[in-house]
Order: sequence, then structure tokens, then C-alpha cells
Amino acid sequence: MSKILKSALLGTALTAATATAVMAEGVELEVTHWWTSGGEAAAVAKFANAWNATGNTWVDGAIAGSGGTARPIIISRIIGGDPMAATQLNHGRQAEELIEAGLLLDLTDVAEAGGWAEIVNPSSLLEACTLDGKIYCVPVNIHSAQWIWLSHAAYKSAGLDVPTDWNEFTASAGSLKEAGILPLAMGQQGWQQNIAFGAITLAVAGQEAWNGVNIDKNADVARGPEYTAAFEAVAAARDLAAESNVQDWNMATNLVITGQAGAQIMGDWAQGEFSVAEQVEGKDYSCLPGLGLNPVIDTGGDAFYFPVNDDPAITAAQKELAALLISPEVQVSFNLAKGSLPVRGDIDMSTANGCMQKGLKILANGGVLPSGDISFSQDTTLQIEDLQAQFWSSDMSAADAQAAYADIIANAD
Amino acid sequence: MTVPSVPPTLSGKRPSKLFKNWMAKMASLPMILTALVVFVGGTAWTVTYSFTGSRMLPRTKWVGLDQYERLWSSDRWMISITNLGIYGICSLILTLFIGFTLAACLDRKIRFEGVFRSIFLYPFALSFVVTGLAWQWILNPDFGMQSVVRDWGWTAFNFDPLNNPDIVMFGLLIAGIWQGSGLIMCIMLAGLRGIDEDIWKAAKVDGIGTVKTYIMVVIPMMRPVFVTALVLIAAGIIKLYDLVVAQTGGGPGLSSEVPAKYVIELMFRAQNLGQGFAASTMMLCSVVIILIPWAYLEFGGRKRG
Repeated sequence: MSKILKSALLGTALTAATATAVMAEGVELEVTHWWTSGGEAAAVAKFANAWNATGNTWVDGAIAGSGGTARPIIISRIIGGDPMAATQLNHGRQAEELIEAGLLLDLTDVAEAGGWAEIVNPSSLLEACTLDGKIYCVPVNIHSAQWIWLSHAAYKSAGLDVPTDWNEFTASAGSLKEAGILPLAMGQQGWQQNIAFGAITLAVAGQEAWNGVNIDKNADVARGPEYTAAFEAVAAARDLAAESNVQDWNMATNLVITGQAGAQIMGDWAQGEFSVAEQVEGKDYSCLPGLGLNPVIDTGGDAFYFPVNDDPAITAAQKELAALLISPEVQVSFNLAKGSLPVRGDIDMSTANGCMQKGLKILANGGVLPSGDISFSQDTTLQIEDLQAQFWSSDMSAADAQAAYADIIANAD
Repeated sequence: MTVPSVPPTLSGKRPSKLFKNWMAKMASLPMILTALVVFVGGTAWTVTYSFTGSRMLPRTKWVGLDQYERLWSSDRWMISITNLGIYGICSLILTLFIGFTLAACLDRKIRFEGVFRSIFLYPFALSFVVTGLAWQWILNPDFGMQSVVRDWGWTAFNFDPLNNPDIVMFGLLIAGIWQGSGLIMCIMLAGLRGIDEDIWKAAKVDGIGTVKTYIMVVIPMMRPVFVTALVLIAAGIIKLYDLVVAQTGGGPGLSSEVPAKYVIELMFRAQNLGQGFAASTMMLCSVVIILIPWAYLEFGGRKRG
């Protein structure tokens, strides 16, 4: 307890110290991000308010559309010599080349002063921000993708108990179908199908095989028996989702909310949809991290990068903002609004709801994995997503898909 | 893009041709330079960098033909090409046919011609994004055409192209034709109005039927109009991108992917510029392969005749 208090105090003191240094001028910083939905906008307002409270000004540069739309705009602005003061990106390899080209600010001194190496949990988040021993970004939250969301209404109308893991779910699927309920809701887009694929392989093939493929990029493991079993499980899941003809992920979530579908495999951001629909965890819906079989979650999420700037006043302010974003109070208020997990384990998140608590517990136990953004380049990710899109929308055999997947892994970077 | 019929030049003095209207030529110099630098220069740059291993940033790391090898072994690219072929052929034939038929109907001096003309041309005023979204809803099985027909009593009626990988391209085709045939109709109508009344009278005197007159006499006379229409349609086909993004997003799966979308996705989503450049170079090649024989026939033939 005292340790937590100490590091919290230390963080606040540091923020305060840097804050007073720059307070005199009050600098305008333009911050770009793609958080535009209701909950997201509320969360980013927490950052803006905290920053404005230091006497500086937060100029909000929200870019509508998802990361796929916003990222090219952000990158082209940085490359084109019109950089913003700070920008959201997913931590991992998206900014690798920008760092190599010397376009992003080195935050190592801020990180050392703030003791980020001790407070950031899991430490893999900070590693994702590090290149050649220098730190270039501030992780702000953790999103994980290995969740299955179950509709209590659907199971009630089929007269079944809500499953507690993936195996029970597949066993119950037949009865759901008989009751006229779609067992598995699935948006027909490659990235969603890839999330389902990732979650099912992790649960079925086990963590060792998963590590072999996703971290060591070992194509032989991807051709091995564990992955054969995983691909067969995914093919079975494809049959359960055969009748699902929605495209967007939130439409699929809506099928679960309204009880038209039994379950959906989707990241923890789906929780936002359930809370908007005023559903209660444990009563109206259940969430199972790691599909209830293998309670580990990946640690994707968002981070802020600070493009290099000629103006020393702005550079000082950028470093101050970096320290602020990871400070304890800001972390708590931001992540409660966003429904994501905080990047530091030393803060009090007791007001979070049941699903977030499950996630926090897994984080505390160290059941974490690097996310796809961290393991694979965007190029490889897109190839895997394409394969999944093809696999889920056709009758491609599990063996063919596995062979194609192993080829991608063999050439992955 | 259109092919103006060049009047035979009257000037006899050849040497003065370069300096004729020199003021006008000076004035257009900036535009000529822009065209050279932006179009030709940009094209050359793209082709050059398609031989590099550029990822997010352009880099001169030469990899030879690797990008092209990967391109032609990529399922997504092959699906894109096949889709464009299906869409292209169907769209070309159907748009020309529907455009001409509508124009011919309007040309029969019907009542309220102006009203019909506006109605048929109206879809062209909409962007492809709006068209795509509108047809996405119309073809949606739960709210659109299928549910309406089922409500009328045909409960077995099944029409859900956007969720069926085998026929999704035809769902796009419907929207594309709906949007594009109005313009072609207007061009055809203008061409038909350019046909001398006397031709019709002569045909009537000779006792040739209306349909036969159209096919045997009028259509051959409208060759330049058809060429213009063809070029417009073909350009629209190669560019096909926004309709797909708005209507299907390339889905279900990869079944409605098109080459232009491949280029954008690889360049910006996969952050693999080299691969995107290779794909766009292949698109350029396909345009050139179609364009050169056509230009040769069109312009080369004109001189001989």
C-alpha cells in the first residue's frame, strides 16, 4: 500500500514540477486521435481537461472513422512536414519506420524521471514503445481481443444454462439452433474474423503453440497438430456463424444484446455497446476472457506519440503532456470512461464493472500476451485478415486454410 | 476523353505551325508543365518505386520483381482482377444496351420527354458513395427488396446478393448500371438527334422497319458517339472503388474486392507502398494495353481515310 502511495505521489510530484516550469507560457498542443464514439469522446475529454488544468491548451484534432482511416492521415501529416504535437496510434509496429526516420520525439528522459519501467504493467507495453533502448511513446490503455460475450436472453429462451467456456458453448449450439437462435454472431469483415480466429486458437491450441507462431513466427508450429485442431475448431465456429449476415461488429453485438444470437467473439470494447443498451453484466450478459478456457488476454491498445518539433517550448510541453497522460489520476478517469484497462497496476480501479475486474485480475496475475499490432507488421496482419475473410465466407477446408496460414507465417515480418 | 472530329486543316504553310498562336501556347505552358510533372513524372516515380521494398516510407531498396511475384501469387489480387473482369464486361454491355434503348425510346417523340430524361439522368447526380449506401439498403434482405416482395405474399422469394459471395458482383453491377446508364442515355440521345430526319424518311420510303433502321443505319452512323460512351464507361470501370467501399466493403470475405481497392489497402492499411505501387503499375498496364490498339485504330485509321 505504501509503495503504491509512494509511486503515486512521485508521479504527481513530477507532473507538478514539470507543469510549473512551463505554466508561465501556456502552450497550445494539437492532439490527433480517432476516438469519436460517445464513450471514447468522453474519455478523451478527461485527457483534455487534465491538460487544460495545467494552464496549457489542448487543441482537439479528432479524425472521424476508425484507425484505418485516421492512420494514413496522421502518418502523411508527420511525413509531409506538418506534424501535430501529439497523436494517438496503436502501440506496436505501426510507427516503427517513423521512428527510424527520426520523426518522433525520444521520451527516454521523461520515462526515466517517471520511473515508467517500474509502473507500466505489463512491461511488454513499454517494450512496444522502445526501439534501440529508447522510448518513443506513452501507452495509455489496454484493449484485449480474447473475449466471448454471451446473451442470457438467448439462452433463457432456448431453456439452457449460460455456458462458462467455449466447449460448453459449442455443445449448446445445436439446441440454440433448434430454438431458432443464431449460435454465433459474426460480422463479415476480415479483422473481426481474425479476432475470432485468434481467440479460438489461443483457447484450443494452447499458449505454447500460440507463442511459437505469434512470437517466434515458427511456420512448423503453424503446420503442427495443435494448429490443425485449432483450424478445425474455427471451421466448426464458421458453421455456427453461417447464418450471420451482418457486417459491422456493433451490429453483431446488437444481435447478442437483443437475444437473436447466443454469443459473439469480440474485443473488450464490445462492453461499451452493452452499457449503452443498459445491460448488466452477469444478469443480461456474460463475458468470458480467453473464451473461458485459457484466461490470458493480449495487450493491444493505444499509445501517444510525439512528432519531433523545432520549437523548444513545444518540445518541453510535449514531454510534460507525456508525463501527464500516464499519471495515476488521469489513468483512472480516462480508463473508467473508455472501459479499457489502465497501463499501470498501482492504481485503484475498484469502481470498474465486472468484466473490467476480470481483465484486471488477469493482468495482475500476469496472463498477458503481446497483441497482433506488436508481433506482426501491418502487412502481415492484412494478409492474415484476408485469409480469414476468405476462410469464413467460403467452404475452404481447414487443412487448406492452415497451409495458407503457415505460408504467411513463414514469410511474416 | 472525347474524340473530336478534326476538321481538315486549311493552312498550307507548315513551318509557321509551331509559332502559330504563340501567345496562347505560352499561356498554356504552365499547364503543360504541370501535366508533364504531375502525370508523367508521378507515373514514372510510381513505376520506379514498384521495384523497391518500400514499406511505410518510400525507400530505394531494390528488390527486382519481388513485388510483382507476390502480387500475382496473391489470392486477393486474383479475386480482384476476376471481379473487375466480370463487372467490366457486364457493365459495358448492359450500360450501352440500356443507355441506347432508353435513348431510342425517348427519341420516338414521346410525351413528357424532358421529365423522363431528368428521371433517368438523376442517379448520375449522386456520388457513388450515396448510390452504394442506397443500394446496400435496397438489397438488404431484412428491410429491402426481399422483405417487400415477401410481404406481398411470395414468402419463398430469395434475393440477397450482397451476402452471397457468388453473386455479390451482380449486386454491385445493379447499382453501377442504375447510376451510369442515364449519362450514356443522354449522350446517345444527343447522337440520335444528330441523325438527319431525311435518313428516317428515306428508310420509311424504302419500307425498312424501325428496329432494322436503328441497327443497320443509325448505329453505324453514331460510331463517334459510341466511342465516347465506351471510353467513359471503361474509365468508370477501371476506377471502380468508392461504390465497392460504400456498398459491400469488399465483402463478404474477399468476394467483391477490386484492383483499385487492393492498391489503397496495401499502401495505407498494410503500409506496404512497394506492393501498392506494383498493383497500380499493373492497372496502368491494363489501361495501356486496351488504349494503344484503340488509339491506333481510331487515330491511325482516320488519317488513312
